[in-house]
Amino acid sequence: MLEISHLTKRFGGLAAVHDVSTTIEAGRINAIIGPNGAGKTTFFNLINGVHRPTSGRIVFKGQDVTNLPADQMARLGIARTFQSTTLFDVASVLDNLIVGHRLRTRSGLWDVLVGSARLRQEEQICREKARAALDFVGLAHLEHRVAGDISQEERKRLAFALALSTDPSLVLLDEPAGGVNPDETVGLAELIRKMVRSGLTVCLIEHKMDMIMSLADKILVLNYGERIAEGTPAEISANPAVIDAYLGTDHAGIDHLEPIDARA
Amino acid sequence: MSAGAARIGWILLFLAGLAFPLLARNDYHLTVMSTAYIFALATLGLNLLVGYTGQFNLAHSGFMAVGAYTVGILTVDHQVPFWIAFALSGVFATVLGFFVGIVSLRLKGHFFSIFTLSVGYIMFLVIEKWDSLTHGPVGIIGIPVPTPIGPLRFETPLSLYYLVFAVLVVGVWLMHRITRSLLGRTFLAIRNSDALAESIGINLMRNKLLAFMLSVFYAGMAGGLYAGFVRFLGPGLAGVETTFDMTVSMLVGGLGTLLGPLVGAIMMPWLAQYLQFLQEYRFIVFGPILILLVIFVPHGIVGSFLAWRTRRVSAQRTAATTVGGGRDA
Repeated sequence: MLEISHLTKRFGGLAAVHDVSTTIEAGRINAIIGPNGAGKTTFFNLINGVHRPTSGRIVFKGQDVTNLPADQMARLGIARTFQSTTLFDVASVLDNLIVGHRLRTRSGLWDVLVGSARLRQEEQICREKARAALDFVGLAHLEHRVAGDISQEERKRLAFALALSTDPSLVLLDEPAGGVNPDETVGLAELIRKMVRSGLTVCLIEHKMDMIMSLADKILVLNYGERIAEGTPAEISANPAVIDAYLGTDHAGIDHLEPIDARA
Repeated sequence: MSAGAARIGWILLFLAGLAFPLLARNDYHLTVMSTAYIFALATLGLNLLVGYTGQFNLAHSGFMAVGAYTVGILTVDHQVPFWIAFALSGVFATVLGFFVGIVSLRLKGHFFSIFTLSVGYIMFLVIEKWDSLTHGPVGIIGIPVPTPIGPLRFETPLSLYYLVFAVLVVGVWLMHRITRSLLGRTFLAIRNSDALAESIGINLMRNKLLAFMLSVFYAGMAGGLYAGFVRFLGPGLAGVETTFDMTVSMLVGGLGTLLGPLVGAIMMPWLAQYLQFLQEYRFIVFGPILILLVIFVPHGIVGSFLAWRTRRVSAQRTAATTVGGGRDA
């Protein structure tokens, strides 16, 4: 679905992402892990067009999208969530979601001034989309709640709903289970599986290892901006380079390390 | 339910505006109120950009001055009929807004504000120094009153009051349409978070520029009205102090609400009137009030009221959903 080749991003002299190649496979859960500062979020920002890569190529569904800005990537069907979601706290949950489908509508200033039928129709569609997304993530009962009053876990679900209301085919989740308790993490993992079952492709960054290991079909490990491993959860958990990156060489039990590529 | 209550509230406000001349004891009160309406119109525009889109434009009063000088220069020096000049005041401000916006909106946050502060000062300097066009520091004197429309003549403070009131009503109504629509929601999404808005497919530059142009259109029209109402213009109107006054009005009333800037802009001049005896020292009273307000009522008078009401409605609806089991309770 998304092919990434030799992707590099430099900020001044620092290579935040360096020569990373990978494939995000359709209909599966692709995970990206790595220690803090490994370049995971930068990698997301490159994929969805927030940053332009210094070099490398990104191909989405056969189309070269390397230098497209974020809003056009969203229109092509790549949605994302952030580590923290800024909501309009004094508005209702539903009100916060309605704008999510805006990118599929065409009403402009003129429609607003004359109060066109198209505008009314599109507003109705956006409202229905928002309701459907809210229902999907299991928050239908919170529709009228003030956004500032909902819990951290509900905020995460709401962020999912906002991403879903854009009608995406690929969803990038940046630490979807950050800051929620273990029980809630299980619930969110189930929601991610449900997204994949409904035909979406998911790519997520996460620090919670037990969640990743039980959820991901494929894991990409980044460290200092470079790919150090890629493979199934079983392969990754046995990989010395990964253990080294997380715990230090002492724990890896070997002196010399070679990154392995599970696909090779 | 809440929509109906809001509608009744607006109708009451409208009636109060219509009835105000009956309550005003003299022409002076009418003049104070009309001036307040003119600045309320400009503040309404500023609020679209600051309150709804999150871009704090400090050159706003510069655009109001552009509108005002458009009417001043065209009517006094070129004998253009008032209403044509008035229409052009909005057009000129908007066209200028396009060029200023397309450059300044490349910057974000404080950088945008600092840039527009400079732009505003340049606008002030141009108006003050370009004698042959703007009459410089002397200003423009003897701007004609708005020409009659059929039987409607605008020579008395009362008729001018109703003219200004009518323009304000149209301005509020249009702003209501904009802010309630998908377009308004798009602006709000940008205010909440640039990055999030972009990630849901919103073109930041295009939408910010549209908000900027609409915002300064209001400033321009308010300026044109100001010229026809006050009939004297000086470069001081373009000063950043005017923008600060409007900002205070927005903060007092409530950023990002339709009613807030109106309430603030109408309330502040009256407060200033009552504190007139303190002269410049009135800021000793204003300052602490503003600080207390920002700390304890950060959403402003109207903003806080709306938040309270949203919470109450939410509680009622949520309770109804739990009991009835239906979502559309």
